[in-house]
Formats: sequence, structure tokens, C-alpha cells
Amino acid sequence: MTGWQIVLLAAIACLALKLLGYLIPAKVLERPIIARTAGLVTVALLAALVSVQTLASGTTIVLDARVPALGVAAVLFALRVPFVLVVIAAAATAALVRLLFGG
Amino acid sequence: MARRGSRASSGASPHGPNPNGSAADESAGGSTDGSTAGSTAAVDRAAARAGIAVGLATAAYGISFGALAVAAGLDIWQTCVLSLLMFTGGSQFALVGALAAGGLAAGPSGIISAALLGARNSLYAVQVKPIIGGGFWRKVLAAHVTIDETTAVATAQPTLRAKRIGFWVTAAAVYIGWNLLTLVGAIIGDALGDVRQYGLDAAAAAAFLGLLWPRLRARQPIVVAVGAVVVAASLTPWLPPGLPVLCAAGVALIVGLANWPGPGASRDPVASEPREAEA
Repeated sequence: MTGWQIVLLAAIACLALKLLGYLIPAKVLERPIIARTAGLVTVALLAALVSVQTLASGTTIVLDARVPALGVAAVLFALRVPFVLVVIAAAATAALVRLLFGG
Repeated sequence: MARRGSRASSGASPHGPNPNGSAADESAGGSTDGSTAGSTAAVDRAAARAGIAVGLATAAYGISFGALAVAAGLDIWQTCVLSLLMFTGGSQFALVGALAAGGLAAGPSGIISAALLGARNSLYAVQVKPIIGGGFWRKVLAAHVTIDETTAVATAQPTLRAKRIGFWVTAAAVYIGWNLLTLVGAIIGDALGDVRQYGLDAAAAAAFLGLLWPRLRARQPIVVAVGAVVVAASLTPWLPPGLPVLCAAGVALIVGLANWPGPGASRDPVASEPREAEA
């Protein structure tokens, strides 16, 4: 696939899902099994993305500056610091660790 | 696009951090609880202010998306088309993350991850549709901007009118801010080269954590999250980039369809979905 094909297909898929929500009767989407499973799929994907974004480098698992950065983010989220500030703090932590220790 | 709408909007809504399904149900009747001391105009202004605050916060975060997308190998135009057309931050980061790790070969699994993550927007329509009203084209426009932020701000407002204002102001503010700053981020990323040096890879991980955080309030999602982390990490050495994340989604399907560990685990399964509007 080319870059454009990937970009357009993915965008159209997400757009179609948004429209689908307006077309499907609310009663269907509110069924417990649908609401529960869709909610859990979101949780699983986000958790997996946290895991991969923090630990994976291609197909290897690496412990690098991203790990302390994520730790800082977790503490700040627990302290209910606003989202954007946490993201900036995580980036700054990783940048600082790399500056001090290399890699 | 990933932020806690509840934070900004709770400043506008005296109901506190509870933009849940009940907010949509109470519809226009919500203003009778005595918490709206001011006039209708004050409530409307508060809704608009919340929308603009969310828009500004989201925009700031668009820079990191733009820079990461370019670092993942997309050009500036492709990056901007993603923000204009896909317009749902979690999915955009998921796609770009897959491409960064596995190149174009990871495209198919990246597309599926993005779509699965975007499926939550379909469920937001349940809450947003009664707020929007109007004809076919208004619904189409609303659908495109039915995302975490707009749903959270809209449902947190006390009156139907304020919900409507909150929705559209947030939509406009986030759409403009997110797309402008995506472009800025892409241009900066193009000029910077290695964004790892600035910790932008860690920023993406923190962003996903921030989206996840407010969803971990019952046993079932916590079990799923831990399972997904383990599955994704342990499959990483064995599968091409992108696929471990998809396999982790399988954990949710199994737990969700079987409703394990028991119906009592998640206190109210239906309400757990609207709660996501906080992210």
C-alpha cells in the first residue's frame, strides 16, 4: 500500500464509524454487550498502545528514556494535572534523560 | 484530541466531574437543580468558554501529532489530510505509531487499529444525537466532529441550549486548532529531523496513558488493560509492528463478550461507556 492509500482508507474508516453512530438506532448501541465490549476494546487498544509506545523499538523490547517519562506521566495523571501539561512533562523527561545519559 | 474534557468543562459546570450518560438523559431539565444561579446567558457563556478552553488545550497537543506523523514517514500533506478527514486523535496517533514502527508494511494493521479505536465515536452519537437535532446535513456535520472533547463538553452542560452551544463551540475550536497546529507540527517536524531527541515518542505514550486513565474505574477495564499491556509487549518480538496491538484488542473481545469476571465486576455496564466522554 502507498502512504496515500493508507491515509485515505484509515480516514474514511474512522469517518464512516462516526456516521454509523448516527444511523444505527440508539437502542442497538445501548445494548449492554455492545456498550461493554466497545468500551473494553478502547481500553485494550489504549493500554496496548501505551505498552508498545513505551517499550517497543521495532520488534524488540527496549527499556530507555521513555520508561521514566511514562512514570512521570502516571504520577502527574494521578495528581490530576491537566492533560497537555502531563504530555509536555513526559516529553521533557525523556529529552532530559537522553541529554544526560545519551541514547 | 486526547484530553480530559471534564476538567475544563467542570469549571463551567457546577455538577462537578460527571459528564456521564445521565447528563444527556436529563436534557433540558437539568437546570432545575438549583446549581445554575446565573441567567441563561451566563450558562451559555460558560459552555462556550469551556469549548474554547478545550480547543486551545487540544491544539497545543496537535503539534506533537504533526511532528510525529512526519517522523513516521508521512509527508506534510498526508499528515494534514489525516487531521482534516480522520479528525480523531487517538486513531491518528495509533496509525502513525504503527507506521513509525513498521513502515508502510504496517499500514493494514495500523488502519484496523485506528478504526477500532475510532469505534467509540459511534457510541458517542447516542448521547450527542438528541442534543444536535436538525436535519440530515447537520447530523453529517455533527458526526464528523463527534469525538471525546465535543461529547464531554456538551454532556457536561446543564441545559439543552448550553449543551448545543458547548458542542458546536468545542467542535469549531478543536477543529481549527487541531488542524492548524498539526500543520505547524508537521513543518517543525520536517525541519527538526530526529524528534526522539525532544522526547516526542514519550509524549505519544503519555497521551495514550492520559486517554486510558479515566477509563480505569472498574475491575473489568483494569483486568483488560493489564492483559492488553502484557499481550502487546510479549508479542512484540514475534509479530510485525502493529499486529501486537490488534491481538491485545482480542483480550477485550473475550472479556467483553463473556462478561468475565462476572456481571458484578463492572458496576453499571451501560454507564461505563458515557464515562469515556471524560477522556
